[in-house]
Amino acid sequence: MMKKIQQNLFNTWYNSLLTLISLWLIYWISFSLISWGFTQAEWGVLQANLRLFFLGRYPVDLLWRPWTILGIIMGLGTLSWRLRKGKILIWFLGFLVISWLLTGGLFLETVKLDDLGGLVLTLLTALVSIVLSFPFGVLLALGRQSNLPVIRWLSIGYIELIRGLPLIGILFMAQVMVPLVLPPDIRPDRVVRAICGLTMFSAAYLAENVRGGLQSIPKGQTEAAKALGLSTPLVLALIILPQALKAVIPTIVGQFISLFKDTSLLAIVGLVELLGISQSILANPKFLGRYGEVYLFIALIYWIFCYSMSLGSKKFEQQL
Amino acid sequence: MLNQLNGKTLLLAMILVVTTLSGCGSNESNNTINNSSRLDTVKSRGTLVCGVYGNLPGFSFVDESGEYSGIDADLCRGIAAALFDDPDKIQFRNLSAQERFAAVKSGEVDLLSRNTTWTISRDTSVGLEFAPTIFYDGQGMMVKKASGAKELADLNNKSICVQSGTTTELNLADQMNKRGINYTPVVFENPDALYAAYEQGRCEGATSDRSALIARRASLPQPDDHVVLDVVMSKEPLAPAVANGDSTWSDTIKWITYALIQAEEFGITQENLSSFENSNDPSIKRFLGLEGNLGEDMGLPKDFAARVIKHVGNYGEIYQRNIGEPLGLERGPNKLWTNGGLLYSPPFR
Repeated sequence: MMKKIQQNLFNTWYNSLLTLISLWLIYWISFSLISWGFTQAEWGVLQANLRLFFLGRYPVDLLWRPWTILGIIMGLGTLSWRLRKGKILIWFLGFLVISWLLTGGLFLETVKLDDLGGLVLTLLTALVSIVLSFPFGVLLALGRQSNLPVIRWLSIGYIELIRGLPLIGILFMAQVMVPLVLPPDIRPDRVVRAICGLTMFSAAYLAENVRGGLQSIPKGQTEAAKALGLSTPLVLALIILPQALKAVIPTIVGQFISLFKDTSLLAIVGLVELLGISQSILANPKFLGRYGEVYLFIALIYWIFCYSMSLGSKKFEQQL
Repeated sequence: MLNQLNGKTLLLAMILVVTTLSGCGSNESNNTINNSSRLDTVKSRGTLVCGVYGNLPGFSFVDESGEYSGIDADLCRGIAAALFDDPDKIQFRNLSAQERFAAVKSGEVDLLSRNTTWTISRDTSVGLEFAPTIFYDGQGMMVKKASGAKELADLNNKSICVQSGTTTELNLADQMNKRGINYTPVVFENPDALYAAYEQGRCEGATSDRSALIARRASLPQPDDHVVLDVVMSKEPLAPAVANGDSTWSDTIKWITYALIQAEEFGITQENLSSFENSNDPSIKRFLGLEGNLGEDMGLPKDFAARVIKHVGNYGEIYQRNIGEPLGLERGPNKLWTNGGLLYSPPFR
């Protein structure tokens, strides 16, 4: 043990110096952070606003619905851990039930999408955009490889146009330009507009990721499949896409993680997702100046979700 | 829900792509809808959509119970109370500084109650119609008491923390140039970072709107070590606004705002409102809708002013609840004209 330490950390004079400096830095940072956490920080701001952070302004008398949803998600989690088949179907049905519980309609009191906020809104926008952008992305990637010039040029045009625009620009277009162009009666909710913006953006990047996977499949496979008499859709669905998508799972998940974090940009266009509601909480005269506590807390929440996404994708890859 | 969303999203995605590609050429189709006043739209909808900032202490923020609080939010409540006799028939919408004017003009929100400074360009070329000012603010300067500074000239050759990209930064430069004072601006994007830097002593003074400075001062570890100087460097009359070209609706907002001020002048409060029902004063009777039909003539209920007071109180009460008590800011210019302030309501008759 001692030998290992000496070999790796103190083998030359400059390495010893580096080790000492790093140790001192680690000690200093963690000590000041911990002493701040115990002496100066006032964590009451989190306790008092816990419901706001997680649910935003969700009506208080309907709180049983988010709790039920949490139960459903946990149940689905354990179920899909046990089950071998039908996971996707279960999650799809679960998603329908969850969105019904969350927003109401059909025997339940409706909750306006605008009243959602905090973590729920972050998760909703991220999840729906992820689910929607995946098929769009795959279609765009296929379109870009297509032999039909119109489809190919349209796909290329879309991908290059969207990739050439900053996400915040697209979000501003969705929130500010759409109302100017569309009359009020067919104007969608601003949450829906945000989801559209995120989906459009993410789909273009996803298409390029998927194209990487498609190009990694040798041409001989297509030719062999065609020689066996498979039609083009079958070649894609059975031979090409399964291999191509498997090859690009890490980059796709990376794209989804960054999409999840990009939802914080919605705070700039006035939606009260996790960051937006935090800024509003910080404007409460009772909690002025408590930004350290609040921002650390939401950073922790973001980290937990992003890290579990990357853990989940690792497990998913091993299973395939 | 998914199916619906999916369909909508697909449609919208296509529309968005089309509009992105073709540019937005068709503005003519917009103008065909506006034959009736927004007052009728709001009444038939049954809720008021109110654009607020949502992140400003004392003006609009979400409190612990999840309700919008602040003077801007209470003005919205007052208008909902006048129209529906229910201050909760309201939908708040957070607006960023960039999208606020577009949101009013496109009809996304019925009313902008978002600490917006009334200026000539916003009133004319931007195309807004401003209701009376509900808060007279002005730019101030906060310094440490130990520095002994009493006026701007004492800050010669000192550094001053200021938020970038705001009129505050420009006003500071104007005022200092006018007085021939040398200073080093230390510029921040985010107000939290600004006051953290000031607290750590990276600059001798911090400048912002006086209401903001006083709120921030209260949140510093030792508030008594800091003073907000008496100097006022700019005029910031904060007023609610609606879109141009709908005078029925802008009159509604204007007179409901005046009703708050007039109620304070009459001394009518949320508590003593019922005692005025037997008042003999004809002007109070007219004001409360017990006599005449001032309200009905403008398309509102007869007792609109009484409803406003019943649900949100008069201007003084709103001020005290949102700014006076929590932020410790004195009324200053926001006193009634009878007390030497600037608040003055034209007569209700």
